[in-house]
Amino acid sequence: MAQKKVVVLDYGSGNVRSAVRALEAAGAEVELTADPEKVMSADGLVVPGVGAYASVMQQLTKLGALRWIGRRIAGGQPVLGICVGHQIFFEQGVEHGVKTAGMGEWPGSVERLQADVIPHMGWNTVRPPQNSKLFAGIEDERFYFVHSYGVQKWEFDVTQPAMTPPQVTWSTHGTPFVAAVENGALSAVQFHPEKSGDAGKRLLANWLETL
Amino acid sequence: MTVAIRVIPCLDVDNGRVVKGVNFEGLRDAGDPVELARRYNLAGADELTFLDVTASSSDRETTYEVVRHTAEEVFIPLTVGGGVRTAEDVDRLLRNGADKASINTAAVARPKVINEITERFGSQVLVLSLDARRTSDPSIASGFEVTTHGGRKGTGTCAVAWAKEAAERGVGEILLNSIDADGTKDGFDLEMIRAVRAEVKVPLIASGGAGKPEDFPPAIEAGADAVLAASIFHFGPKDMIAQVKQAIRDAGYPVR
Repeated sequence: MAQKKVVVLDYGSGNVRSAVRALEAAGAEVELTADPEKVMSADGLVVPGVGAYASVMQQLTKLGALRWIGRRIAGGQPVLGICVGHQIFFEQGVEHGVKTAGMGEWPGSVERLQADVIPHMGWNTVRPPQNSKLFAGIEDERFYFVHSYGVQKWEFDVTQPAMTPPQVTWSTHGTPFVAAVENGALSAVQFHPEKSGDAGKRLLANWLETL
Repeated sequence: MTVAIRVIPCLDVDNGRVVKGVNFEGLRDAGDPVELARRYNLAGADELTFLDVTASSSDRETTYEVVRHTAEEVFIPLTVGGGVRTAEDVDRLLRNGADKASINTAAVARPKVINEITERFGSQVLVLSLDARRTSDPSIASGFEVTTHGGRKGTGTCAVAWAKEAAERGVGEILLNSIDADGTKDGFDLEMIRAVRAEVKVPLIASGGAGKPEDFPPAIEAGADAVLAASIFHFGPKDMIAQVKQAIRDAGYPVR
């Protein structure tokens, strides 16, 4: 099988070096770039993200990357969001009372977690649905989370029976929140697979297999 | 279904070498931080912390290189501390592969640097390293005083008040190190952990005093979310991380 070509979107978001290396370790040929042609032609696109929701959306908008991401999704070309790169696919993020519009691929709001200790930092368990491709073989592993905000209410309403509903994986810190979504070409994870040791590497390899 | 208690080995790095040494059998080069990071990762460490004890700034380049090489091979979170003074320092560490930076003296000297760093990179990136000691000074309500320079200099500041302020300014975690307990192997300073836990909501990493696996569960009971140690891992048997995790698990807390 030919090596899958993956682009990690380079838009000035924190430490993306680990994402590149972890994807390479999982078997991909990886390039860190914001070149639109490469972003569009890659077998898979990874959207990383750390820091504030508003600043991530601002940086992606400035680069014109939201349009490329949207086109890839519309064309059925795989995209994987990580951490804030997961959160931006929901309708909005609310941080410090400020609402920022997201890409709106899924309904729902990213809001502050309700827990005794915040940020939610460390290795937590997940509850993937049956037939999850991302979590195949690693259903009982722990993954590394670091975030203070999350989607605590999944509001996707399947009104058309012919439609395949997205697969949602939950985790809990104080309250349950969405840890991952698999929805056709678009997948997103709240945790950091690139920092989740062997389990994370396996998840990335599982994603590469779907490309 | 809760987040696991993190067990974090700490490596002191001087000019690209681990100082204090280690006791791993069959280790080709006991002083190579990358090799050690790899070993601790395989042994089940949940995160790694490098403390750069390098004196000169020219030697600091070597530390960046160590961080770079480690981050390329070891896919667990990596925190680097020592000599972090500005947002620029944090930026350089992140660019070289660190996930978090820890700050100590520079934040005591100029607390606003916490805001500057976390507004730019997010709270998750900054760990406040707090070295505290017991004091009988009546002006320090908690009885714990902030120290700098590895515990040699007192500051007259209350450790609990400082932890609270740092959390409000944006640090994502607090590494609480007891200067009195450090090196004693008599166990953690539980009162200190309780005092800080009562006032802050950010994750708390307990450090100082661990001598055996049984020392760890009381620190968690006192409110620590993570435990950090150096010598018990460097000089103990090579399955010490597993032993510590077993002790924590036996006490009823989740571990990875």
